[in-house]
Amino acid sequence: MKRKELIVTAISNGTVIDHIPADKVFQVIRILDLELSQDEIYFGTNLESKKYGRKGIIKISQKYFKPQESDKIALVAPTATLIEIKDFEVVRKNNVNIPDIIEKIAKCFNPNCITNKENVPTKFTVLQTNGEIKLSCHYCEKTTSQNNMVFF
Amino acid sequence: MKNRSLVSINDYSREEIIKILDIAAEFEQNPHQNLLKGRVIASLFFEPSTRTRLSFESAIQKMGGNVVGFSSSDTTSVQKGESIKDTILTVSNYSDLIVMRHSVEGSARYASEVSPVPIINAGDGANQHPTQCLLDLYSIRKTQGTLQNLEVTFVGDLKYGRTVHSLVIALCHFNTKFHLVSPLELKLPSAVKRHIKEANLNYEQYTNFSEVIPKSDIIYMTRIQRERFPDPLEYEKVKNAFVLDNKMLDNAKENCRILHPLPRVNEINVDVDSNPKAYYFEQALNGVYVRQALIASILGLK
Repeated sequence: MKRKELIVTAISNGTVIDHIPADKVFQVIRILDLELSQDEIYFGTNLESKKYGRKGIIKISQKYFKPQESDKIALVAPTATLIEIKDFEVVRKNNVNIPDIIEKIAKCFNPNCITNKENVPTKFTVLQTNGEIKLSCHYCEKTTSQNNMVFF
Repeated sequence: MKNRSLVSINDYSREEIIKILDIAAEFEQNPHQNLLKGRVIASLFFEPSTRTRLSFESAIQKMGGNVVGFSSSDTTSVQKGESIKDTILTVSNYSDLIVMRHSVEGSARYASEVSPVPIINAGDGANQHPTQCLLDLYSIRKTQGTLQNLEVTFVGDLKYGRTVHSLVIALCHFNTKFHLVSPLELKLPSAVKRHIKEANLNYEQYTNFSEVIPKSDIIYMTRIQRERFPDPLEYEKVKNAFVLDNKMLDNAKENCRILHPLPRVNEINVDVDSNPKAYYFEQALNGVYVRQALIASILGLK
């Protein structure tokens, strides 16, 4: 008989980020500053997924994401699902949405952009071409590709 | 267009572009109109530029306006560390409109967001130079009688040349056929080609200049800068392949005209200057009419 067990431990309260592309788990950890968190965090990657073949998952205790944080996750892991847990029960389940416009989340990669020279908050239009996400700067009009994205 | 800043050529629709060109044509007929009497225009050149600054100042003075400002930031409070925002807010107290050039990309967009008076971008780093683009369009329309359905050839540095990028994007409104001639290292960026594709238009890329001359209604020349090549040998290899001389124009169409945003170095041989197809000096004069038209319409006087 096949034993059914959770590969990544359950959490009692917090958020599960599921369906992360397997190679993006560490980037998601980085952009959410989870290295600095004092709460329990479990993660796994290269796990089997019916939908995607392989996937990653992160479980963070006591954490519920604000819309701006969920936008950030969407830019790096557009397939991610956010599952909010209270007392071991799922209370909410949402796919992240790629926003049309993002403000104050990412840096412009152009060193000569006004947002990197003076105290000007960044603003981008999000472009999606052939499944690739790019950010078009409202100020310098340059495009930042996914590899070059740096988040605040 | 009244009270609206002009930061990027993308801010204007096809109809708005045509409107400005029509007003510019009126100014060409009648350049001295006392529309700006009692008005003050600020001309803030944080980065020096002789041609653009003089063209703006000439446009303002032909309309009877006054100019305040500076032609380099060396002697201003910018040297003391003042932010663009503070400079713009201060100067807006003294003027009805601000013309600005700055080396930082996006500075004009930002200025337009904080300024209570309209901004005209006279160049923000490698990003936009919309008044150059409008004068290029004006020159094309004037020499061809139309902007519609032309074959336009761009030659030289298509990668870094901001005038090329803006003009390609603007010409996408007019069913242009694009011929792009450049060294492989200096091809038009894909972000600009995206606009051509989105408009369902066609472009062809060449490394051989001569073959495309007979097809062209307009040949838009640009300078290839040595600094763009990490390897000086590569520059030596290409530098002569994109030079236009008079003999090459033997096969050109009768209506073909040569444009260049200037300054020219050696990419157009001086023997072309006396050819009736050379249009680059008149092109610079058209800049004054276009700038008159812009200032007058933004201030609601036309």
